Amino acid sequence: MKAIQKKQIVKQSPWQKLRSFTDARIALGRAGSSVPTAELLKFQLAHAQAIDAVHSQLPINQLAQSLPLPSLKLQSQAIDRMQYLQRPDLGRRLSETSYQQLVDYRMQADCQYDLVIAICDGLSAAAIEHHAAKFIRAFLTSQPPSSQLKFAPIAIVEQGRVAAGDDVCEALKAKAVLLLVGERPGLSSPDSLGLYLTWQAKRGCKDAFRNCISNVRPAGLSYQEAADKAWYLLAEAKKLGTSGVAVKDRTSVAQQDSLDGQKSQSFLSNNTERGS
Amino acid sequence: MSKIYKQQIGSRTYQFDNLAEVMAKATPLRSGDQLAGLAAETAEERVVAQMVLAEIPLNTFLTEALIPYEQDEVTRLIIDSHDAHAFAPIAHLTVGDFRNWLLSEEADEDALTHIRAGVTPEMAAAVSKIMRNQDLILVAKKCRVITKFRNTIGLQNRLSTRLQPNHPTDALNGIAASILDGLMFGNGDAVIGINPATDNVPQAIKLMQLMDDLIQRYQIPTQSCVLTHVTNTIEAIEQGAPVDLIFQSIAGTQAANDSFGINLNILHEAYQAGLSLNRGTQGNNLMYFETGQGSALSADAHHGLDQQTCEARAYAVARHFNPLLVNTVVGFIGPEYLFDGKQIMRAGLEDHFCAKLLGLPMGCDICYTNHAYADQNDMDTLLTLLGVAGCSFIMGIPGSDDIMLNYQTTSFHDALYARKVLGLQPAPEFEQWLTDFEIFQDVPAVKLNDSMAKPFLNLVNNI
Repeated sequence: MKAIQKKQIVKQSPWQKLRSFTDARIALGRAGSSVPTAELLKFQLAHAQAIDAVHSQLPINQLAQSLPLPSLKLQSQAIDRMQYLQRPDLGRRLSETSYQQLVDYRMQADCQYDLVIAICDGLSAAAIEHHAAKFIRAFLTSQPPSSQLKFAPIAIVEQGRVAAGDDVCEALKAKAVLLLVGERPGLSSPDSLGLYLTWQAKRGCKDAFRNCISNVRPAGLSYQEAADKAWYLLAEAKKLGTSGVAVKDRTSVAQQDSLDGQKSQSFLSNNTERGS
Repeated sequence: MSKIYKQQIGSRTYQFDNLAEVMAKATPLRSGDQLAGLAAETAEERVVAQMVLAEIPLNTFLTEALIPYEQDEVTRLIIDSHDAHAFAPIAHLTVGDFRNWLLSEEADEDALTHIRAGVTPEMAAAVSKIMRNQDLILVAKKCRVITKFRNTIGLQNRLSTRLQPNHPTDALNGIAASILDGLMFGNGDAVIGINPATDNVPQAIKLMQLMDDLIQRYQIPTQSCVLTHVTNTIEAIEQGAPVDLIFQSIAGTQAANDSFGINLNILHEAYQAGLSLNRGTQGNNLMYFETGQGSALSADAHHGLDQQTCEARAYAVARHFNPLLVNTVVGFIGPEYLFDGKQIMRAGLEDHFCAKLLGLPMGCDICYTNHAYADQNDMDTLLTLLGVAGCSFIMGIPGSDDIMLNYQTTSFHDALYARKVLGLQPAPEFEQWLTDFEIFQDVPAVKLNDSMAKPFLNLVNNI
């Protein structure tokens, strides 16, 4: 048997050019009919990063120091990550101690909060670590001059899901909660931040009463765009006295219009005769 | 009043208050039943429940509805469409007897086709609970379900693929790039099916036109689908859009279907609208349904039934509309319903078996999310097992990574692996097309051409 020609082992896909159209893993080439080594390992690395994101611990003291407002450290009823993953009901509630801690804080402070920002690690503590403080700074600096809100301290909830924000809002009797949560990591987005706005949130609130801003990260929706959207939704919610499906996100409609304005045909409709 | 079931094991007497409890506790362990508080509390209790279940006569499921007839249109559909004639040969069997018979040589392709309309979802679910993985594979392989639109799905030794070219903003060139990639790897005979990122009618129509143009221009013997809500598709049809398949997610209880915004009437209306277009060339199976264990519990609409029994009941809904394709999206829902690779694997085999026994063209989205305890190796195992079991189709996606839905499923390459090691081929019409367009040198040997087929190479060069 002759020495194997290294260059000929992997068959490249001749449609490399198409890679500029999508982040999907296209034109991977093939070893036999299987995925070549380099691409296989790229995938494994992305998956490893996503798994690590799910299991990463929130560096809670460091986070608290980086926030532009005072904060309180709280816990959900899920005691660890394993329980968090299997019992979504527990991640949706504050522990009795944490709930009481907020009630006590409110009694002592004795003031009416317009908005509480809550932070939950959710499914990606990495998302919180990378983006929470930066988003909150962008959010605070873009506060419209007309709305001088009274902010509650930021509630940091470990092992928390979106609905944990309802407990926070209820215990502090705040008018609204803006919850930051680490979204379920995708292979290409292990640290995507989600925002949920709920007006007068209470335990047992239905998801239909929330407005969601998704995919906040440098490669997705920028901090500034997300902050503008959040202020818009907050103003609308205040006007209507409710949040969720009743609040129409016109900023999304505008985005959709620009999508609709994009080319309505793909390269597949090009004439293959011309110049071929 | 439903019966109380008791069983003595040593000094301990186990009691199950009703049929639903026997079913739930007999179910192999999974996190969703634990979350619902329905799972057996000990390993022993689980097997005792299986022993009790094995003694229950099949006809019990006809007289003891797990969700009351008056409360649930899926129950009414199951009971009202039951075929007593088809049931007759197995009417006197217990669940345990039924397993034995299914495994016997007597239960061949013809016999299994004959009894199909006499088997209810609950009977299928019950027997699956006392079957090992190899039983689920062996019996499913004997079931033959063939459906047709522009090609033929489900023939022996064939494995089809849904080409899933999703893009996070529905960019047409991005979707087109993934479609072309899939076709060049010989995927897409079950359907080219897009989950739209923006879920509205104008967007759906744009995507339908993109796929229809491609299918017409290159005479590809396949069908297209935009996986939008069924009411959107009805509207698209009214606006004259080129709709091949009509998609909908379905579940096994009326309340869960309510949460999806559908019922049997809406599905019927959609089915009729699809038939009126008469776009199939080989046949007119045109519905495409997706299901998955846990959807009823997640909608708080499970009526105290275990998630696998709820899932099997969804197949009664599917069966009513003669679908071209049905698939369980087995690992998509997350670890609170199916915790790890082992639970996902078991559920995939159960869903495939139950659906095939009931006569559905069953495929599987062999998949997982990044917060489940599963990885690509688990998917390889399930893919191999389902390939052996005669699964009708799987998903094909660039490099296993869905960049819109953020989960991992089988890749274009994975489909070629399964075809290669198990000697499987795509639908015959599609096989011919792959040969005619010189995409493959040899389809049965899974040998691709090194150079890109001329018409497609021209397309790429002209960009």
